[in-house]
Amino acid sequence: MPETVRYRKERIDRGIKARSDTIYTLSSYRDMLYLLLPRFLPIAALFCLPLLMGSSYWGKVVFYSCIFALLALSWDFMASVGLVSLGQALFFGVGSYVAGSFNFYLKWPIVFTIPVATIGGALICTLLLFPVVRLRGVYFSMVTLILPLLFDHLIETLEILGGTHGLLSLTPFPNHWLAIYIAMIAVVGVLFGFRRLINEDFGLVLRGIKDDDRVVMAGGINIYWYKAQAIFIASAVGCFAGALMTHYYQFVGRSAFALDNTILPLAGAVLGGPGSFAGATLGTFILVPLSEALRGIGGLRMALYGIILIAALAVLPEGLFHYIERKYHQFERDVKI
Amino acid sequence: MEILIYGITNSVTLALMAIGFSLTFGISGLANFAHGAFFLLGGILTWIFIHQLGIPYFLSALISITLVGLLGFGLYWGLMLRLRGLAINEVIATLAAAIVIIEVLRYLGFSGFTYVLPEFVKGSVQIGESWLDYQRIFLVAIGVALIIFLYIFTHRTKIGLSFRAIAQNERTAISLGIDSDWTAALSLSFGSALAVVAGLAILPLGSIDTQMGYDILISALAVGILGGLESIPGIVIASIILGFGQIIVATFFKAQWQTVVTLAAIVIILAVKPSGILGKYKELEERV
Amino acid sequence: MAEEIILKIENLTKRFGGVTAVDHISFNICQGEFLGLVGPNGSGKTTLINLITGFVKPTSGKITYRDKEITGKAPYTIACLGISRSFQMVRTFHKLPAFKNLIVPLYSPRVKKFGGGKYGERDDIAIDLLDDLGFERDSFVPYKIAGSLPHGYLKRLDLARCMALRPDLLILDELFSGMTMSEVAATLPMIEKFNREGLTIVMAEHRLKELFRVATRIIVLNFGQKIADGPPKEAMGKEEVQKAYLGSEVEG
Repeated sequence: MPETVRYRKERIDRGIKARSDTIYTLSSYRDMLYLLLPRFLPIAALFCLPLLMGSSYWGKVVFYSCIFALLALSWDFMASVGLVSLGQALFFGVGSYVAGSFNFYLKWPIVFTIPVATIGGALICTLLLFPVVRLRGVYFSMVTLILPLLFDHLIETLEILGGTHGLLSLTPFPNHWLAIYIAMIAVVGVLFGFRRLINEDFGLVLRGIKDDDRVVMAGGINIYWYKAQAIFIASAVGCFAGALMTHYYQFVGRSAFALDNTILPLAGAVLGGPGSFAGATLGTFILVPLSEALRGIGGLRMALYGIILIAALAVLPEGLFHYIERKYHQFERDVKI
Repeated sequence: MEILIYGITNSVTLALMAIGFSLTFGISGLANFAHGAFFLLGGILTWIFIHQLGIPYFLSALISITLVGLLGFGLYWGLMLRLRGLAINEVIATLAAAIVIIEVLRYLGFSGFTYVLPEFVKGSVQIGESWLDYQRIFLVAIGVALIIFLYIFTHRTKIGLSFRAIAQNERTAISLGIDSDWTAALSLSFGSALAVVAGLAILPLGSIDTQMGYDILISALAVGILGGLESIPGIVIASIILGFGQIIVATFFKAQWQTVVTLAAIVIILAVKPSGILGKYKELEERV
Repeated sequence: MAEEIILKIENLTKRFGGVTAVDHISFNICQGEFLGLVGPNGSGKTTLINLITGFVKPTSGKITYRDKEITGKAPYTIACLGISRSFQMVRTFHKLPAFKNLIVPLYSPRVKKFGGGKYGERDDIAIDLLDDLGFERDSFVPYKIAGSLPHGYLKRLDLARCMALRPDLLILDELFSGMTMSEVAATLPMIEKFNREGLTIVMAEHRLKELFRVATRIIVLNFGQKIADGPPKEAMGKEEVQKAYLGSEVEG
């Protein structure tokens, strides 16, 4: 009697998921590969990209993606505490202008302007936003929305810090490769750093504040101080991004405070999945090249981001990253019975 | 004298801009960042009705107000309802909607001197040494009337009181039979309609520019933050402060320094009393 | 035995608009006492607890803890002074494992000051504490995600969270509500033990039988006013108290 070979579907991660959730016993190289590959591959690909593209137009796009990824990561970090920023442009602009000013007026070299912009800018931003931290969350969003727009107006009408023309001819990076690899290392560093931090005790306190701030207060924790710390950390990353961009462009202007610099990271983070830092990176790395490709339609790009934002919120609130993650875990293969 | 005239006009203008946003926020806790966009949209729709479809002014105005009001309502039902409860998403969604509206309008080119709304009343009158447009008087009249009406509405009528009930304690209000979803949607459409009314009063004084979508929002937010978002008296006070402050600075210093006034006011109020001059937000909400 | 007064409440009043939730209440709590706080629903127990722990600011009155005035201070400041409270509605971090729920008090300045809040040690301290409270370490219960635990466990988790703060004064707001008889029977001895070891405890409760077994003093509230203050039998025997609980239709 002929034997019919029958197959059934089995999830590839059967066994691995159960084992790796609680205790890490990976019993074979294949298991390890399954877990490590999705983490390793994108990073490796990322680092190879500049080599392929050089300083061509698309090489620049990679750089921009990194910058916006940093802004998106900064947004995501604050969102983990429950602070929804509608003004990443504030961090970006402050960082840009601090770096640009120190370079333009005091002739400080890049090596100094960037750290000063990161820390000093973070201090400025934290001081600006700290008072609102005590109020309802919406206030925070409103103030972050309004501040960069006001600074934009201010610079334009008062003709300070270069006014409408901006500060020109700033010191560039010694070479293009340096700039882009610094940006990449920063993205990867911040990405994994934030992931680690948010799962450490400090991060758990932050997430607790978002989840239920009353219980956290009953436990003796000053939630406002922790929110301020979160703002400081996030704004440092944002200011750093601004400083990098300034020196890459060799220019800083009021466009640093423009709404674009808020919406793009926001759309990227929401598209990729709020709360998952990898999602923020993924989202921006999709949107920035897309935006560059659509340069032709000019201002409509912003409208597009808006639509993507709404669509992501309504249709895929968990974000692309978690969606892909789920599907990855659900891969099936045929197994002989 | 001129300072008084322009000061009053500016103050009422600011108040008009802020009132729609404040109402929606005060009632349903929803920060409608598309406020400026609706202002703009209302103006443009009216222009289209008048100039391209030949519909008389009154009717156009009425249709615009209704349409945008409906749009606000639709925005709530279509979008917010799916997102309610997750504060993060509400806030982002209105901003996203605002951007879509404004940028599409910008792309379609609705800016410039051709886009002017007709004045409600033409002509001007001479007071002392200066000329005063009737439109400005009309604006002030509408503004004051609207503010008084809204105050009475929210403090005396049944609907208004139910609005405030929801704002104060949603759960209790629901258990008393007030449908919070309908009320929130209504508040959104109310606020949007108010934005258009404000636009119809203010826009004839200048020309339409899509950038207004953002500028109006900034002004509304500034007034709200300064005066306390939930209180109508607060808005009045903040508008007066900002309105006169801006005019005084423009007259005695440079005209461009108006923004400095706004920014300084915000920074100061945040440092001194973040919830606004008459803000009712206690710093620690009693939510145990 | 010299009884040291640690908490002084003087003429405390809280009005919410037209409603007076707490009406000119005064009493003192001594070191080591086990105080029961009872009263019908809406009598102001939770509001009183909120006032003491800083979650609600009083309309008038004064609260002093160990000679420090704490009226209207922020909840986290009061918590760091050693006053820990549980919540009537279960508030745990559902997505975290049980032992990680204790991270917040263990991370607080108070515990850091007492020592034992160093990196890595916190997890062990948390597991030990949970084990003491009935979360069997060997069955890996402390590692379970909080959201998957039954209600009785969550209530005990709240208790653990309070104890993790190394409190000086423990205030429990209806801890036993929603717990089964056996869970209450298991938890009560633990609380007694804490009291014997020197912890001052205030328990707001509806389950009077269990409460009267351990509490040495009862305060009865009704419509925000204190209507009785004394040993359990005496306090509950008062006519006013009977009327409050049973309604005035009940005879003698």
